[in-house]
Amino acid sequence: MNAPTHASRRGLVRGGETLKQHRDRVLAATRASGHYAGLEQMALRDGDPILYNKLFSRLRAGVVDARETAKKIAASPIVEQEGELCFTLYNAAGDSLLTSTGIIIHVGTMGAAIKYMIENDWERNPGIADRDIFCNNDCLIGNVHPCDIHTIVPIFWEGELVGWVGGVTHVIDTGAVGPGSMATGQVQRFGDGYSVTCRKVGANDELFRDWLHESQRMVRTTRYWMLDERTRVAGCHMIRRLVEQVIAQEGIEAYWKFAYEAVEHGRRGLQARIRAMTIPGVYRQVGFVDVPYAHEDVRVPSDFAKVDTIMHAPSEMTIRADGTWRLDFEGSSRWGWHTYNAHQVSFTSGIWVMMTQTLIPTEMINDGAAYGTEFRLPKGTWMNPDDRRVAFSYAWHFLVSSWTALWRGLSRSYFGRGYLEEVNAGNANTSNWLQGGGFNQYDEIHAVNSFECAANGVGASAHADGLSHAAAIWNPEGDMGDMEIWELAEPLIYLGRQIKANSGGAGKYRGGCGWESLRMVWNAKDWTMFFMGNGHISSDWGLMGGFPAAAGYRFEAHQTDLAQRIANGDPLPFGGDDPDVAAYEKTIPGARIKRDKQAITTEAMFADYDLYLNTMKGGPGFGDPLDREPQAVLDDLLGGYVSTPFAEGVYGVILTQDGHGHWQVDAKATERQRALIRKQRLKLSRPTRQWMKEERARILAMDASTQVLQMYASSFHLGPRFEADFRRFWELPAEWQLREEDIGIPHYGSHHHMDLSELPDVHLVQLVEE
Amino acid sequence: MSYSTAKIADLIDGKIDRDTLHQMLSTPKDAERFTQYLTVLQQRVPWPDRIILPLGPKLYVVQQADTLRWVIKSQAGYVFCHWRENWKLHARVRVRHSQADLAELYPRLMAPSQGWQTLREYYCPASGDLLEVEAPTEWYPVIHDFEPDIEVFYRDWLGLPVPERNDN
Repeated sequence: MNAPTHASRRGLVRGGETLKQHRDRVLAATRASGHYAGLEQMALRDGDPILYNKLFSRLRAGVVDARETAKKIAASPIVEQEGELCFTLYNAAGDSLLTSTGIIIHVGTMGAAIKYMIENDWERNPGIADRDIFCNNDCLIGNVHPCDIHTIVPIFWEGELVGWVGGVTHVIDTGAVGPGSMATGQVQRFGDGYSVTCRKVGANDELFRDWLHESQRMVRTTRYWMLDERTRVAGCHMIRRLVEQVIAQEGIEAYWKFAYEAVEHGRRGLQARIRAMTIPGVYRQVGFVDVPYAHEDVRVPSDFAKVDTIMHAPSEMTIRADGTWRLDFEGSSRWGWHTYNAHQVSFTSGIWVMMTQTLIPTEMINDGAAYGTEFRLPKGTWMNPDDRRVAFSYAWHFLVSSWTALWRGLSRSYFGRGYLEEVNAGNANTSNWLQGGGFNQYDEIHAVNSFECAANGVGASAHADGLSHAAAIWNPEGDMGDMEIWELAEPLIYLGRQIKANSGGAGKYRGGCGWESLRMVWNAKDWTMFFMGNGHISSDWGLMGGFPAAAGYRFEAHQTDLAQRIANGDPLPFGGDDPDVAAYEKTIPGARIKRDKQAITTEAMFADYDLYLNTMKGGPGFGDPLDREPQAVLDDLLGGYVSTPFAEGVYGVILTQDGHGHWQVDAKATERQRALIRKQRLKLSRPTRQWMKEERARILAMDASTQVLQMYASSFHLGPRFEADFRRFWELPAEWQLREEDIGIPHYGSHHHMDLSELPDVHLVQLVEE
Repeated sequence: MSYSTAKIADLIDGKIDRDTLHQMLSTPKDAERFTQYLTVLQQRVPWPDRIILPLGPKLYVVQQADTLRWVIKSQAGYVFCHWRENWKLHARVRVRHSQADLAELYPRLMAPSQGWQTLREYYCPASGDLLEVEAPTEWYPVIHDFEPDIEVFYRDWLGLPVPERNDN
């Protein structure tokens, strides 16, 4: 049977275009005019602004309402407690016009899935009909990581497609090699768990039985999986119903215009905000994160992955005179054999999560901002891999750490203009992630991913400290969750929940502190857990004299005598951990302890009464710590945010206790101490150019750790301009060469790779310059 | 929306009241802020040069009063370089490379690890003020983190006359 061609068949889209014809026309008009869909004039917004705003308000309220209502269907505390879900409304071309609150990185990722369906002619096969349901979590076409499951529903009006709605939840397990939604044990996509590519999973508003039977057995936490899906479907159907009501009341013509003008409105809005808040010019910054895989407690299946590496993301942000901007990540390092790679869409879409918290804090979050931004992500880098084997399970490991650098760039412009209220030194690396699984307290196969790190410290501003234990960049509505709920969801009893002193970066205004919880395994069987965070590198630099937030570590205790201690009523390890004191070990002297900088591990066996310390990071600081108000340092001491050695050594504040044990600032001694520190600074420092001579000699001698060598070698290979700048800065001779193959560690993937685009009949959606 | 110069001074001093702060964050930006901001800062520097653009709490692009040259200058009066250069190359730096040096700033196990990350503290040579901290790997070039287009900013974005500049 001959299939109809694009040219001959009537398409689904309102007016008779096929989806592909429609998207092509929108893109061509955008390119030709510089305005989204060629909308140099916005007829509805300018001609009937009240109706335009009415449509906006109703639809925006509706998508937020759908999120708030639907999340109550979920049983997973990740969704129900933390709010890890989001709903977005798209036009027929797959461009978002409105989104709810929540994990709004998916503004772009679900749109990328819709565009993939459009570009690969899903319209013809498997076909797209009113009341169909599609599911996607494929990271090779734009998803962040496999645990973000998309439900996508087309919206029809009088038999023609007029848009789409997408809903996403972060599920607790996807059946990866290890339990938990962001596992570390696999090094390739094939171990990342269940992967679904825009699959039609339902028709006539009913999920297919083969899908229900297959999907629930692909994951460990079946009940959460099923209820999460009902959450997404319910939200999508609420929004579809809302759109149908709006069209019935206001007319399809008005809705259709709104669905495109809203995107152009978003594009213009970004440009206006850039001019209103920033300074034109060039901004440069960089982020790093550690991948310490040579350690014995990282047990991965492939020898070639057992290497220490560093992920690298330099960025150059150019703000032009006309308010447009370009973000260029030239020099970024290669993708790797771990789960921290990211797709170009998740990288760029995620930046909007950040921008909504700074540059565009409006309700008009849509693809307009993406159309107003030029991204350059070199192909082959960790944020734009060129190999279809790469794993993505914990893409956030470096996403959060690379974006934190952008705060610094933007904040330099806010500071220069005097908008000090907008300055933010950066975000925290949102970790640790407590993950694991086995049989839980209900004797069911289970997996856990404690989302406590949805409440980290925030970077300092130029007028105030960062908020402590308060936020995560990826979910502006994040929360740490209630202990009682986590204890219901996990076979882990709380022995402590406390502010993590000294975790916020020091500064005139300090970064917000993180916090920690001490968990005791209880009523678990065949149980495992692992750590996921940054230990060797603090990703979150300070700004203008502020220091980076503290790096992380791990503490775990096995073979404790806690059962006996509890029975006897003896002292137990309680509360937070001061690593300078290491008090836990003193209470359980016979236990087998792991306390070190290895903040990434793979599944380790845990038995009842074993301990696990979950530490959450702080944010970076702003300004010279010696300029901090001494009283603020005293307040920090009393509040548990800083300890005395650092009050004195870093802040130069001398605190004394009176006869009643009350702390006070010794103002004169503080003045002397600060003067002394300033003198020491000059004594211990030297002219920058003098230091550069010594550093250059080390470079010529190849004097650096293997992880540093590997990072530069992979960045040089993919970023010739980065290498040229590096060579110029250090005045290196032509014969100086650094290649991955010369370092002496495995470098699989450095030369041989195969992209998804090389598969037959696959048409990828490219949204950035490569 | 606009604010009194006294409120802008409160913001600079970290003493802004919460209601005004909320207004600043949640309403469109006040275009005149830059001028008010410079007025307050200018009163607080101990030298006569005109501030062109603040780069940090104690670092500025200034127009030198006698020569009209634009340079980067610290609060303490140290002149680093021409305004288009990277001032860090003319500062003093302490590089924390060893674990012992890194551990001075953080509790045990909470500092970055030697071999993975360094801290580079850039000081004003006149005062010992800490002006910037970089935290890259070894070998990292000194980052030229901001090259503002001041002419476009003044003339086209703010509608202000561009201060005179002597490039000789």
